[in-house]
Amino acid sequence: MVALTLRLDLWSVAEVDQASSCMPDTVTEGVEMTNPNTTVTLTDAAAARPPVRRRGKIAGMLQRHESLRGFFLLSPTLVVMTIGIVIPFAILVTMSLWTAVGFDFNTTLTTQNYQTAIEQPIYGALMHRSLVISGWATVGTVLLSYPMAYYVAFHVHKNKMMWIVLMTLPFWTSYLLRVFAWKVVLGYEGVINSGLLWAGLIEAPLEFLLYSQQAVVITLAHSWVAFAILPIYVSLEKIDRSLLEAATDLGDGPVARFFRITLPLSLPGVIAASFLIFIPTTGDYITPALLGGPDGMMIGNLIQLQFGPVNNWPMGATLAIGLMLYIAAIGLVFLALTKVFRERMA
Amino acid sequence: MSTESYIRRPNRPLQVYAIIFLIVLYLPIMFLPLFSFNDSIYTSFPLSGFTLQWYGELFQREPVWNALMNSVKVGLWTAFLSTMLGIFAAKAITKYRLPGQNAIIAFIMLPLVVPGIIFGVALLVLMSSLGITLSLYTVALGHVIICLPFAIATLLPRFEGLDPSLEEASADLGENAWWTFWRVTLPVVWPGILASLLLTFTVSFDEFIMAFFLTGTEPTLPMYIWGQLRFPQQFPSVLALSSMIIAVSFIIVFLGQWINRDAHISTRRKGAKP
Amino acid sequence: MSTDAFISIQNVDKYFGKFQAIDNVSMDIGHGEFFSLLGSSGCGKTTLLRMLAGFENPSKGEIFIDGQPMSEVPPHHRPVNMVFQSYAIFPHLNVRDNIAYGLRRQKLTKQKRGDMVDEMLELIALPGYGDRGANELSGGQRQRIALARALILRPKVLLLDEPLGALDKQLREQMQLELRALQRQVGITFVFVTHDQEEALTLSDRIAVMSHGTVLQMDTPSGLYEAPKTRQVASFIGTMNFFEAEVKATNGAIMDIEAQGLGRIQLPRGDRHFNEGESVQVAIRPEKLRLSDEKPEGPGHTVQGHLKNSAYLGERSHFYVALDGMDAPVAVSAQNRTRIAPDTSDAKPVWLNWSEESIVVLGKD
Repeated sequence: MVALTLRLDLWSVAEVDQASSCMPDTVTEGVEMTNPNTTVTLTDAAAARPPVRRRGKIAGMLQRHESLRGFFLLSPTLVVMTIGIVIPFAILVTMSLWTAVGFDFNTTLTTQNYQTAIEQPIYGALMHRSLVISGWATVGTVLLSYPMAYYVAFHVHKNKMMWIVLMTLPFWTSYLLRVFAWKVVLGYEGVINSGLLWAGLIEAPLEFLLYSQQAVVITLAHSWVAFAILPIYVSLEKIDRSLLEAATDLGDGPVARFFRITLPLSLPGVIAASFLIFIPTTGDYITPALLGGPDGMMIGNLIQLQFGPVNNWPMGATLAIGLMLYIAAIGLVFLALTKVFRERMA
Repeated sequence: MSTESYIRRPNRPLQVYAIIFLIVLYLPIMFLPLFSFNDSIYTSFPLSGFTLQWYGELFQREPVWNALMNSVKVGLWTAFLSTMLGIFAAKAITKYRLPGQNAIIAFIMLPLVVPGIIFGVALLVLMSSLGITLSLYTVALGHVIICLPFAIATLLPRFEGLDPSLEEASADLGENAWWTFWRVTLPVVWPGILASLLLTFTVSFDEFIMAFFLTGTEPTLPMYIWGQLRFPQQFPSVLALSSMIIAVSFIIVFLGQWINRDAHISTRRKGAKP
Repeated sequence: MSTDAFISIQNVDKYFGKFQAIDNVSMDIGHGEFFSLLGSSGCGKTTLLRMLAGFENPSKGEIFIDGQPMSEVPPHHRPVNMVFQSYAIFPHLNVRDNIAYGLRRQKLTKQKRGDMVDEMLELIALPGYGDRGANELSGGQRQRIALARALILRPKVLLLDEPLGALDKQLREQMQLELRALQRQVGITFVFVTHDQEEALTLSDRIAVMSHGTVLQMDTPSGLYEAPKTRQVASFIGTMNFFEAEVKATNGAIMDIEAQGLGRIQLPRGDRHFNEGESVQVAIRPEKLRLSDEKPEGPGHTVQGHLKNSAYLGERSHFYVALDGMDAPVAVSAQNRTRIAPDTSDAKPVWLNWSEESIVVLGKD
C-alpha cells in the first residue's frame, strides 16, 4: 500500500483564512510557509473564486423545482410531437364528422360517415379481413422468431451484438423494397416459379403464389420478423439462468424446463412482440397493393383510395379512426385476457 | 453469470434452424441485386448473363439524380432535427423525475406502433387544413415524427448508462448546464449521437408511407421507385436502384450499430432516486 | 439557532413523491468543524448532503451557508465542493485534466494551472501521474484524485459521501487518519457521511446520528458514546447492556433505582429528571463492567452472577454472565492483558463490578 504522506507545509492556514469570510474559532497552529510561490498561487486562486451571486427569478425557480427543469428540456420534443400527433388526430376526428361534397367539404357535424361504414357490408368485411390477415401474420412471425431469439439468447456466447445486428439489419431497409423483393420471388415469372420450372418440378407456373391473401401474410410475416425478435430476445435474455439450473436440479428435463420456466417468463416479450406486429400490419397498404390482388385487399388500401382517386377525405378519416378503434379494442381485450391468465398462473 | 455446461450443451436442430432462418431472412432481398446484374427484363431463372447496363443507364437519368438529392436533403434535415430533439428528450427523461414519465415516453413512441397510414393521413389533413402546400418540407416533418422514437430509442440507453454523478461532479466543480453538457456529457454519449444521426438518416432515406402522402412535386427516391413500378421495362433499373439503396442502407445502419455497440438494450425504466 | 454557525440547516423537510426522506431536521455546523452524518442506509444522510451540495432542494425549510440562503443557488454556484461515493472521475480525461476541471472558469494561464495541478499531485502523493488515463487508476488513487479535484478550488465546505467505503480495511484506516490531519491543518469545514460508526467516532468533532430522516442525537463522539440520550442511539453506537428498572425514590441529589438483575442502586441525580415510580432503563457498556472470580473489595457496585459463555477474540474476550432476575445474559468485555485466557468453566459464580459514572439512565422509549 502506498503510504499517503500529505505535505502539509504547502497549505498555509493563514492564506485560507484570508480567503474565507469568517475567522475560525478553532485556530490550529499555523504551519510555516516553506514555498512563497505556492502561497501566492493559493491567494490568487482563492480570490479568483467567484462569489455567490443572487440570480434571476426564473433561474431561481428552475433551481427550486426540479421537475420544471425537466419539462423545460423536454418541451421542444413535446411540442413537435403535439404538432405531429395530437393536432392531426384532432383534425382527423373532426374531419370524420364532415361529409364530402364534390371537391369541398360540408362541415356540418354529422355521424353519417360512421353510419355508412357500419351499414355498408364492404367496410366491415374489409376490416375483418385485415384483422384476420394481420392475425395470421402475427402468429406466424412470433412462432418463427421465437426459436431464433431463443438461440441467440441461450446458445450464442460470443458476439451476441453481432447476431442481433444481423437479425435486425433487414428491417432497416426500405419497406417498399422488401415488399418489392417478395414480388420478385413470388411472381408469375418470379424466382420460385421459374426456379421450379427450370428444375422441372412443375409444369406450369403456380398461380396462387402472388395476388392472394397468402402472399400478403407471408410478406408481412417476413418483413416484420426483425421487429418481433427484439422484445422476445430481451425477455429471454433477462431470465435468471440460475432458475433453469434450479429446475434441472429439481428433476426437470429440457422440454419440461422450457414449458414450465422459460416460456412463461418470456411471455411478456411475446405479448409485446405480438402487439408490435399486429398493430402496424392491420393498416398496411403497400403489401396488399403490390401483392394482394383483389383478394388480398386490406382496409389500408381503402383508406388510401379515399384520399386519392375517390377523393372522399371525410370517409377516409372515418375509416382511419375506425381502424384505430378496432385496434384499441382488440388490444384491450388481449390485455384483459393476459391479465386473467397471469392471475390464474400466480 | 457462470452457467453450468449442462445448460450450455449445443442444440443442433436449433443451430440449423438459426442458420436457415438467417438465410431465408436475407434471401428475398438478395435477389434484387442478383437480378440487377441479369441481362433480361424478367426476374426468372435461369439467369441470362451478367451485365452492368442497368446500372449504367440509371446514372444518366436526371430524375434519378433529382430524387436522390431530394432524399438526401430530407434525410439530413430529419437526422439533424430528430437527433437534436432526441438528445433533449433523452436527457430530460434520464435526469429528472418527471411526473407521468412513462406516459410521456409511450406517447413519443406512438409512431413506432401505430400504422403508418394513420399518421400519413392525419398529417396530410393537417397540412391541407392549414393551407400548406405539400413539399419536401412536409415530408421532412412527417419523417421527424417517425424518426423521433428511433432517435430516442438509440440515445436513451447511452444516457441511462451515463453515471449521473459525473454530471453532478461537473456542476459541483462550477460548470453550468451547457458547459457540463459540452465537457462531460457529450464526450461520453457521442457514439449514441452519431448512431442516432446515421439511423434516422437511413429511416428517412428509406421511408415510403409518409412520403407517399406528403410529397409535393419533388419525389424522394422511394416515391420515384413507386412511380416506376408500373412500367415493366423499367423493372431492371428499379432493381438496380433498389440494390444500391439497400447496400447503402445496410452499410450506414451497420456503422451506426457498431459505433454504438456498448450501449446495451436497456429494459429498465428510471427508478426512484435514493 | 446561533447566527455564527457556518452552515445552518433550519427545519428542513424533504419528500420524494409521498415518501418523506427528511423530517424536520435542523442543525448548525461551525466553521472548520469535522462534522459527520452517521446512520444506516436509507436514513437520509446522503439526501441531506446532496441538499447542501444543491443536487436536491428542501421541500420545506431553508439552508444557509456562510449566512446566505441557498435555496435558489444552483450547485455550480455554491461555495461547496463534493467528493462523490463513486468518485465520479471523468473517464474521458486524464488525471491532470480531471484535477484541473474546475479551474476553467478562473481564466488562469496554462502555466499557472499546470503548477497548481502539480502542487495537488504532490499533496495527494501521486506525483507524475498527471498524464495517466482515468481507467488506469486503482480505487485508492481515484479517491485521492477526487479529493484533489475538489480541494484545488479551495471550497469553504468539503462534502464527502462515504468516500472510504470502497477501500479495504487497512487503506481505509490509513486514509482516515490522513483525512483528519488534512482537515485540521486546512481548517475547512468537512461534512462527512458514513454508516461506519467507528469511522465517525475516529474522525469527527461532532456527529449527528440519523435514522428515518430525523436526527436522533447530535453530540461529540464521546458524548454520544458515554451519554446517549435514547436506547436507539445507545445501541447504534457500540454495544450496550440494558436493564429494566424503576425509580424507587428521589431524595434531593440522590436517585434510588431498582434495576432488574443489578439490584438496588443509588446514583447522584445529576441533571436527570425522573419521577418516583417511573419506569426507566439502566444501561452499561460491556467494557465498563469488571469481571472477577472473587467478590471484589473497594468502591463501586457489585453483583453476583454465573458465567454462561465466553468468546475469545484475540485482543479481548467477551463474557456472558447470567444474573438473577434476567433472561438475557449480560455482556462483559475485557482486554486479555495476561497471556493465558481466564478460566471460563461453565456456571462458575462470578462477580461484576462497576462504578457510578459508567451508568447511563435512559427513559423508556
